[in-house]
Amino acid sequence: MDVAALTFLALGLPFVAALVAPVLTRFLGHNAAWLLALAPAAIFVHFLGFVPEIADGEIVTGGYAWIPSFNVSFSWLIDGLSLTFALLISGIGALIVLYSGGYLKGHPHQGRFLSFILMFMGSMQGLVLSDSFLMLFVFWELTSITSFLLIGFDHGREAARRAALQALVVTGGGGLLLLAGLLILWNVSGITQFSLLLSFGAELKESPFYLAVLLLVLGGAFTKSAQFPFHFWLPNAMEAPTPVSAYLHSATMVKAGVYLLMRLNPVLGGTPEWQILLPLFGVATLVSGAALAVRQTDLKLMLAYTTMASLGLLVLLTGVGSPHAVEAAALYLVAHALFKGALFMVAGIIDHETGSRDLTKLGGLRSAMPLTFVIALAGALSMAGLPPFFGFLAKEEIYGALSGFDPRSMAFAALTVVGNALMFAVAFAVALRPFLGPKVETPRQAHEAPVLLWLGPAILALKGLSIALMSGLAHRLISSPMSSAIAGGPRTVTISLVPHIGMPLLLSAATVLVGVVFYLNLDRLRAGMAVVLADIGWGPDRGFDQFIRGLLRIAVAITRRVQSGKLDVYMTAVFVLVAAVLLATPVLYGELPRAPFFAADVPAHELAIMAIAVAGLVAVVLAADRLTAIVSLGIQGFAVAVIFLLYGAPDLSFTQFMIETLSVVVLALVMTRLRLSPSDHRPLHQKVPDSMIALACGLGFGLFLLRATGMPFDATLTDFYNLYSKSIAHGANVVNVIIVDFRGTDTLGEIAVVMTTGLAILSLVRLRAGSLKRGTDERQDAEERA
Amino acid sequence: MKSVIFRTVAPFLTSLMTLFSIFVLLRGHNEPGGGFIGGLIAVSALAIYGIAHGVETVRRAIYFHPMAIAGAGLLAATVAGLISLFAHVPFMTGLWIYPSLFGVEIPLSTVMLFDTGVYLVVVGAISSVALSLEERGGE
Repeated sequence: MDVAALTFLALGLPFVAALVAPVLTRFLGHNAAWLLALAPAAIFVHFLGFVPEIADGEIVTGGYAWIPSFNVSFSWLIDGLSLTFALLISGIGALIVLYSGGYLKGHPHQGRFLSFILMFMGSMQGLVLSDSFLMLFVFWELTSITSFLLIGFDHGREAARRAALQALVVTGGGGLLLLAGLLILWNVSGITQFSLLLSFGAELKESPFYLAVLLLVLGGAFTKSAQFPFHFWLPNAMEAPTPVSAYLHSATMVKAGVYLLMRLNPVLGGTPEWQILLPLFGVATLVSGAALAVRQTDLKLMLAYTTMASLGLLVLLTGVGSPHAVEAAALYLVAHALFKGALFMVAGIIDHETGSRDLTKLGGLRSAMPLTFVIALAGALSMAGLPPFFGFLAKEEIYGALSGFDPRSMAFAALTVVGNALMFAVAFAVALRPFLGPKVETPRQAHEAPVLLWLGPAILALKGLSIALMSGLAHRLISSPMSSAIAGGPRTVTISLVPHIGMPLLLSAATVLVGVVFYLNLDRLRAGMAVVLADIGWGPDRGFDQFIRGLLRIAVAITRRVQSGKLDVYMTAVFVLVAAVLLATPVLYGELPRAPFFAADVPAHELAIMAIAVAGLVAVVLAADRLTAIVSLGIQGFAVAVIFLLYGAPDLSFTQFMIETLSVVVLALVMTRLRLSPSDHRPLHQKVPDSMIALACGLGFGLFLLRATGMPFDATLTDFYNLYSKSIAHGANVVNVIIVDFRGTDTLGEIAVVMTTGLAILSLVRLRAGSLKRGTDERQDAEERA
Repeated sequence: MKSVIFRTVAPFLTSLMTLFSIFVLLRGHNEPGGGFIGGLIAVSALAIYGIAHGVETVRRAIYFHPMAIAGAGLLAATVAGLISLFAHVPFMTGLWIYPSLFGVEIPLSTVMLFDTGVYLVVVGAISSVALSLEERGGE
C-alpha cells in the first residue's frame, strides 16, 4: 500500500478502534486496553516514518477529493508542526489508553470510556493533520463534542454535566467563530488549503478583511486554548476522569488553539495587531492562571490552572514571533505535553490509590509509593525548568526570547518570571507535599500503583529527561522542523544543557529564587489569594451561568409570544399570510389576469356538475353541525373529480374520488374521537373576520389559477412523455409512468413522507389516548379517596 | 355497526374491493390505475370492514401491524431503485425481464416492484391512522 492510503487509514483507525472498544472490553475486561493501545501505537510508528523526510525540510501533502465542485478536499499536510503534534497525540494517546485500562478497572462503562477516548484521539489527530479548512473545522468541532462526552462521562453528577455543557458551549461557540474566519480567509484568498495558503504571501495582511479574520480566528483559538477570560471551562473540565484531564486538558485538545495560531503565524503573524493582541492575552492568562493555581488545594485543579498559565505562555511566545520566541514555543509545547501529562497521571494515581487528591489531606506517601514519587519528582523538575530536564531547555529559550532592554520586553520578562516562579512553587507542591512529611491517614490504604497506571507517566517522565540529554538529535528531528513550520522559513534550534552565562540564565536563577520563596510561603500565598478572590467576587464562571440563564429567559419569553399554543391562532396566521402572498404579489408586479373567456355553449351536463359543486359549498357554509359540513365538503370534492374525468384525466379523477371518500371517513372519525362539539360556537365578531380571510384566500387562488392558465401552454414536456412513455418505459399510461419511472426518485421521497406523516399522526393519537387514560385514572383515584 | 345487512355484506365487499385494488395496481402501467389509487381503494375496503366489524377484527385479518406493511413497502420501493445500481445503470432505472410461464410471456420489472411498494406504503400508513382513530371512536 502506498503512503497516502496508509495515512488515510491512520486517520480512520482510531474511529475503528473506538467502534470495537466496547465489545473488546466486554470480553477482556480492563486488559482490552493492551490491545486497544496497539491502534495509537501503530499510528505513532506510521508517523515516525515521516520524521527523516520532514527533518530534511520536506513537506508531505496528500488526500482525496471530497466535494470537488466546491474545491473541498479531504487532504492532509505533514510538516514539522503537524508531525510533532501527531506524534504527541498518538504517542501519549497509546499511554493514556493503557492508563485508562488501569484507572477505570472494573468500571461498568469502561468500554464506553475507551471508545470516547479513541474517538477524541481520531478527531484531534485529524485536526492537526488537516490541510483543507473545512476538514480542520469538522475535526475541530469533533474534538469539542468528544470532549463534551468525556467531561460528562460521570453523567450522574450535576457538576460533571454542567462542566461538560460549559466546555461545549465555550469551545463549540469559538469553533463557529473560527468557521466564519476561515470562510472569510477562503473568500479573500480563494484558497481552501493551508499548504497553498502558506505560499500566498503578504497580500492577506494588507487586505481590508485582515482584522476581521484575525479576530475571528483568535476567538476560536482563545476559547479552545482557555485564554483569559475564556479560561473558566478548563478547571471545571477537571470533573472528567483523570485520564481525560491528562490527555485532553493538558497534552492535546487545549493545544489546538495554540496549534492554529502557530499554523497561521506565517500568514497572519508579524503585524502590529498580532504582536499586541496575542502577547497581551497570553501574559494575562499566564499570570492569572499561575495565581489561581496557588489558590487551589486539589491536585488536579492546581495542575489545571498551571496548564492555563502554560497556554498563556505559548500564546505570548507565538505573538512575539521573533526567531527565539518561535523556537521557545516549539520547545515548551513539547516539554509541557510531556511533564504535564505525567503529573496529571501522577495526580490520578494518588487519587486512585489513596482516595483523596486534596493537598492538605495527603502526606508521607514516599515509602508506600516510591515509584510514583520518583515519577512525580521528574515531572516537577521539568515543569520547574531545572536541569537536566527538557523543561530547562524550553525555559532558557523562553528567557532568551524575552530578554531585551526595551520596556516592552522587560515588562513581559518580569511578568513571565513571576508566572514561572508561581508554577515552580505549584510543581513542587504537587510533587513533594503528598510524599514528604509525616504520614497522614487517607481514605484508602496507600500502596504502589499497578503497571497499567505507572507505565504511562514513567515513559513520559523518562522522555523529558532523554530529550534534554540528547538535545542535538531531538532538535534536528523535532524542534527545528517544528520551528521552521511555525516561522514559515528554515530555523535551527541549538540550545543544549550546557549553560551559557547571560541574561537568560540570570532570569532562570531569579525564577528559581522567587519560586523557592513562593514554595516556602505557599500556605500564606493561598490565604492571600483567597481573600483577593473573595473581594473580587464575580468571575467569568458565574458570568457564564448568568449568560445561560438570561438566554433561556429570552428564549422562553419569545416562545411564549410566538407560540400561543392555540390552533386557531396558528391557522389564522397561516391563512392571512397565504392570502397576502396571493393577492399582494400580482398587484405589486402588475400580473393580474385578464378577464376570463367564457365559452358560449357549455354543455348542460358540465353546467350541472358545476352547480353541484357550488351547491356543496353552500351546504358547507349553511350546515348546522360539523358532521354535515364535512359530508357536504365531500359533495364538492366528488363534483371536481367528475370534472377531471370529463376533461380526460382518469387517474387524477380516481385518486380524487378515493381521497374524498377517505377524508370524509377520517374527518368523521377525528370528530368523534376528539369529542368536538357538533356545532360551531364561534361568536359573530369572530366569524366575520374568519370568513373575510377565507374569501381572500379563495379570491387569491382563483386569480392565481386564472393567471396560470392564461399563459400559452408549453407542450414540450407533454410531447416528450407521450413520445417516450411507451418506447423507453414500456408503459402506455403516461401519468403512472411518470410517477413510477421518469420521476421515480421523487415518488420514493413522497412515500417516505407519507410513511413519516403516518407515524407522526399515530404517535399523536397514542399520546392523546395516553393522556385521556391517565385523566380517567386520576379521576377514579380522586373518587376513591373521596 | 348494528345494521345486519351491512355486517353481512361487508366481508364480501371488502374482499372484492381488495381484489379490485390489486387489479388496479397491476394494470396501472398501461391503463388508469397504479399504486397510489390501488392503495387508497384497499384502505377504503379496510375502513368498511372496520366500521362493520370493529377494529380488532381488521387488525387480526391483516395480521401484520399496518406500519410494518408501510415499512415493507418503503423497503420494496428502495430495493427496486437499488437493483439498478447492481446492473451498473443509474439509481431507479427501470429494468425489465420477460419470463414465460406455461407459454405465456409475463413482463416483470423493477418498476412493478416499485409500484407495489407505493401501494403498500399507502395501505399501511393510511390504514394505521384510520384504524387508530376508529379504535377509540367507537367508545
